[in-house]
Amino acid sequence: MEFLSLLITPVMLLGAWISGSVLERRHLNNLRLLESGSRGVLAITVEDHPPNWDVEDCELVMGNVVISQDYFKRVAASVKGIFGGNIRVFEPLLVRARREALVRMKGVAHARGYDTIINVRIETSRLANSRRDGKGTAGVEILAFGTAISLRDSTV
Amino acid sequence: MIISNTQEIPGKTIIEFFGVVSGSTVRAKHIGRDIAAGLKNVVGGELAGYTELLSEARGEAIRRMSYQAESMGANAIVNVRFATSSVAQGAAELFAYGTAVKVE
Repeated sequence: MEFLSLLITPVMLLGAWISGSVLERRHLNNLRLLESGSRGVLAITVEDHPPNWDVEDCELVMGNVVISQDYFKRVAASVKGIFGGNIRVFEPLLVRARREALVRMKGVAHARGYDTIINVRIETSRLANSRRDGKGTAGVEILAFGTAISLRDSTV
Repeated sequence: MIISNTQEIPGKTIIEFFGVVSGSTVRAKHIGRDIAAGLKNVVGGELAGYTELLSEARGEAIRRMSYQAESMGANAIVNVRFATSSVAQGAAELFAYGTAVKVE
């Protein structure tokens, strides 16, 4: 019995590592497809549209995603945290999540007939743990939002 | 109600300011979703239940904000910002605020 409980952690680590990387690869392929689909929507972070644009209509659009790191990477990051420095295992997930949030925001704008989003902002916030001891599920939410506008003449 | 996070409503001019309007909701994740998310937490990736929950809650916050603006006689809200804070165990507050204005 004791032997079994010793075995659980490595098995979980291995399982998390394998499934985590499979999911990552699948998500990247999916993102590439979605990003090529929403290429028609221009997203810019400038606050105001150029004065020569004749804006017809505008609306607030948002895209959000809640993500969590897999078990293997959490353990790897805590080990890396002892020595400090760049925690590289955390970076790909956050990059993927931001791309996903942006793609969703563009998708919403596209579905409602807008072709440009101005004043795009991206926010990151950490969600509370579900258990008091600081364990349990915790996620990070990425929210992308901006003002979608449509122009009166499409020549611009 | 026109809602925008820019300084002005593109293509329109502001004729009157009404002041700050805000709306908020505090949401907790229910137990079923929490268990599913707990399992998902091992393999990582998106927690779809939470994504949905937060976007619903944010929609509610925006709705409350627009009711407030409407009761003031405004027809648009500019410079909308969002804030998310985890106030209690497993609960999150979603807060939206902006400036109620009248445009034409």
